[in-house]
Amino acid sequence: MTAPAAGPAAPTVPEPSHIGGESRRGDRVFFAMTGASGVLLVLTIIGIGIFLVVQAVPALRADTTNFLTTKEFLPEADKPTFGIAVLAFGTILTSLVAMVLAVPVALGVAIFVTQYAPRRLAGLLGGLVDLLAAVPSVVYGLWGIAFLNTHLQAVNKTLNATLGWFPLFGDTGGRYSRSILLASVVLAIMVLPIIAALTREVLLQVPSALSEAALALGATRWEAIRTAVLPPSRPGIVSAVMLGLGRALGETIAVALVLGTTPAITARILGPGGNTIAANIAAKFSEYAQAGRGALIATGLVLFVITFAVNALARVIVIRSARKRLG
Amino acid sequence: MAKRIVATDVSAYYGSLKAIEGVSLSIEPKSVTALIGPSGCGKSTFLRTLNRMHEVIPGARVEGKVLLDDEDLYGEGVDAVAVRRTIGMVFQRPNPFPTMSIYDNVAAGLRLNGIKGRQRLDEAVERSLRGANLWTEVKDRLGKPGAGLSGGQQQRLCIARAIAVEPQVLLMDEPCSALDPISTLAIEDLMTDLKDRYTIVIVTHNMQQAARVSDSTGFFTIDGPGQPGRLVEIDTTEKIFSNPSEKRTEDYITGRFG
Repeated sequence: MTAPAAGPAAPTVPEPSHIGGESRRGDRVFFAMTGASGVLLVLTIIGIGIFLVVQAVPALRADTTNFLTTKEFLPEADKPTFGIAVLAFGTILTSLVAMVLAVPVALGVAIFVTQYAPRRLAGLLGGLVDLLAAVPSVVYGLWGIAFLNTHLQAVNKTLNATLGWFPLFGDTGGRYSRSILLASVVLAIMVLPIIAALTREVLLQVPSALSEAALALGATRWEAIRTAVLPPSRPGIVSAVMLGLGRALGETIAVALVLGTTPAITARILGPGGNTIAANIAAKFSEYAQAGRGALIATGLVLFVITFAVNALARVIVIRSARKRLG
Repeated sequence: MAKRIVATDVSAYYGSLKAIEGVSLSIEPKSVTALIGPSGCGKSTFLRTLNRMHEVIPGARVEGKVLLDDEDLYGEGVDAVAVRRTIGMVFQRPNPFPTMSIYDNVAAGLRLNGIKGRQRLDEAVERSLRGANLWTEVKDRLGKPGAGLSGGQQQRLCIARAIAVEPQVLLMDEPCSALDPISTLAIEDLMTDLKDRYTIVIVTHNMQQAARVSDSTGFFTIDGPGQPGRLVEIDTTEKIFSNPSEKRTEDYITGRFG
């Protein structure tokens, strides 16, 4: 390095300043684009909400009974009588049973793939899970009604015979075809790959330094997973489960194909019964005129609210548990 | 409590890649032994063979013998989990469990060992935090998250976590490389205290650190890319830094190489 004074090229004319007002155009454009995306998202959600409310209100006004407690769904009768009770109950029941079936398996798959499986097998299983997540729901529905229904009936019968004292497995009057459980099993198979794939991503984010820390303390593999890998993943796992639950709550065609519907609130899952909001909309939307469609949209609004409430609840649980843990 | 380590002809592999070859050395109880050498020379790999942490990486394996007093850590029927309970480890980057409080971090190893009584845990947590020179700084906020501490405090928290299970040997893999000089000094002071009770092996890139804290120093190197790392020599720290037997050691510590 020579001193700058030695060179004849020492600047005599002041160069244009590089710290003054040059505009960062790319930066501004990028900010505007990403900002617009955010705003668009919020506007879309608000827009959907407004649409649902505007369409639902006239139908709800015309309803001659209490919308929240009525079981029948006859919006096109001379005196429209329809309510959400059966649909909301059926939606939540099928989804909850599906989650009970799917979540343990999905977490098992994710933990196995990320923590235990040799690399090649992990890649194979991971790809398979992604593939399952991409299968359209109508395919699951067709498989459910054409294949699984026949085989599940025997299972339903046995469950009722052996564990009939358990309220969910109570007597269904000998009808085991197109059962609530069938709908739940189909839903479970549909949401399993979603939950597994998201949970796998969450678990992969945990630095290996944490499980090594546990292993170095003399933890077994499972203890290391339990103390070091799962706790930091918990918010992500809850989110994954909630996304799965959202999918189950809103699933339309698969449920419409497999579930035997009745206008009754029943928690006896081994037989047909009830209906779900989404399946009901799918089944009736095309045959209904204005009034009926308004009623269906009102039920859609309820589904919107249920999904929102479930997500909010999940967030509260995550935040509460984090606060409690950290005092 | 502190035990002697004797490694005989230890080689370690990552899949088909041989990372270290034929390392034999003896580590005295209640002393600090430093392992130095250029990056990639296998000193950290060797350290991880001493508590069977090497093999947690898929495809990794070890050949040779490591005796802890009279027991071969790689002998038949020896449980790697039990080995790691006896030989504690502190890592390069502080890695406290992020969702746990300071207290729970220190108690983690004890809980893994099935110790539950509140009083016993309280005592062990205080003793370990005092042992790691961290007690006075954190005693009023034991319930706060361990991740909220400074880097140096987090590393001392990790040391407290490691000594809480009362290991016989403490392995430290570049424990100060992510820390500022003041925190480094605190950890070095701590090592001097800890060697009254533990056998300490430390891997370091910092030769001044090796000279300051260790009683013995081992020098590792590799002959070239793709070659396995080897132990060139191990001797008292004084000898290594003043009059090493090997030319390569001298070149390294005088800065002519590496």
